[in-house]
Amino acid sequence: MATAAAEVQLKHEYAVKTLGVVKEYVMGKQTLQALKGVDVEIRAGEYISIMGPSGSGKSTLFNMIGGLDKPTRGKVYIDEVDISGLDAFELAWLRCRKIGYIFQTFNLIPVMTAIENVTLPMIFAGMTTQDAMDKGAELLQLVGLGERIRHKPLELSGGQQQRVACARALANDPAIILADEPTGNLDLRTGHEIIELLRHLNKEKGVTVISATHDLKMLDASDRIIWIRDGRVDKIERRDELDIAIGTVEGENEA
Amino acid sequence: MSLTARESAGIRRQIKLPNSEAVKIAVRSLKIRFWRSIITAAGIVLAIAFLTYVVTAGSIENAMRAEDAPMDLAAMQKAATRIWLIAISLLICVVGISNAMLMSVTERYREIGTMKCLGALDWFVVKLFLIEAAFQGIAGSLVGAVIGVFAAVLAGMSEYGFAVFGSMPWGTLFLNIILALLVGAVLSTLGAIYPARRAGRMPPADAMRTEV
Repeated sequence: MATAAAEVQLKHEYAVKTLGVVKEYVMGKQTLQALKGVDVEIRAGEYISIMGPSGSGKSTLFNMIGGLDKPTRGKVYIDEVDISGLDAFELAWLRCRKIGYIFQTFNLIPVMTAIENVTLPMIFAGMTTQDAMDKGAELLQLVGLGERIRHKPLELSGGQQQRVACARALANDPAIILADEPTGNLDLRTGHEIIELLRHLNKEKGVTVISATHDLKMLDASDRIIWIRDGRVDKIERRDELDIAIGTVEGENEA
Repeated sequence: MSLTARESAGIRRQIKLPNSEAVKIAVRSLKIRFWRSIITAAGIVLAIAFLTYVVTAGSIENAMRAEDAPMDLAAMQKAATRIWLIAISLLICVVGISNAMLMSVTERYREIGTMKCLGALDWFVVKLFLIEAAFQGIAGSLVGAVIGVFAAVLAGMSEYGFAVFGSMPWGTLFLNIILALLVGAVLSTLGAIYPARRAGRMPPADAMRTEV
């Protein structure tokens, strides 16, 4: 798995690149610009946090990067491939195998048990049921839910549901994990555990992690932080520059 | 850089949902949401029972009259009323069944969006909901048809006594059940396909945002 990640890193310098991405929502007669031209470049193997106040457009950017929505203008490249040129099959393939998604609201399928949720992407990817079950059990073990694979989402706590979601995101060994406010619905400690888990996956498996968040705990784990404000990239910081920055940040956010 | 045709063809083969898996997922989903499924099916049962009752009562009456006299004025009026009743009960079927299916699919838009995030094609979503709808539609219609025929036979007995069994048009009754099954299955499938296709075509971000 590590070698595969290394290959990806050699082959494609940028895991994700956006060029002048604009997203407009039409609401009646008004047109709302959620993104006003965003350029970001994310290297394979990086841990990136997209930070910004709510309504700044970070979730919209997250949807664009993940191929979950189409930009009004501009381009999104994943592994150097322009995703606006992909047909339905290729887009499904991308979502299935290249990217793993984690959401603030967990978005587990309520009628399925933990293991069924985790194995669904593997079934879409054409894995046999037995192989999928084996791998699913392994992944749930990895996120610390080995004992609860037959539980349904509603029988699990929020933190446990998010762990299932993490395991599901890893189902087809994605190159990129996209997490939209993964700690938003969790208490401090559980949130911290999820961040640890993401950091671990990033370090051990070389997975590129991109996480939209306004949780300052995330800063510590990130290689770079992309600040979004009012639909634009406000600034991009590396973690080693962060010491100075964090004071102003907290000042801004808590004000 | 773009994908070559060969890569593209390879990708086509790599995304799939085998029928056996689809049936498994659909059945599981029906079982787990048992009471919700029952309520949806109940709508179908009632509509189809009404339709079958009206049609079958007509068949029985026709059969009884064939042995009696030619049609008098009262009988003609009755026949005309019956046609109206059939039209109305069909309308109830269309509205009732499609509404039941529309609701049961629409309330699961988020689930559909999530499935697309996990790599489902639009067609997978339609397939899963189609199988669920077909199961609900056929089961609901079968129960409804049996209830309808049973009620019509009871009504015939109360009107004509046990004589009704002497000239019972069993073949026609059987045909009525088949017809009702067909109507129920087609309507529930149509009622489910429409919202499932709509949700399947949406970008996943929109489907997950949609609140009903």
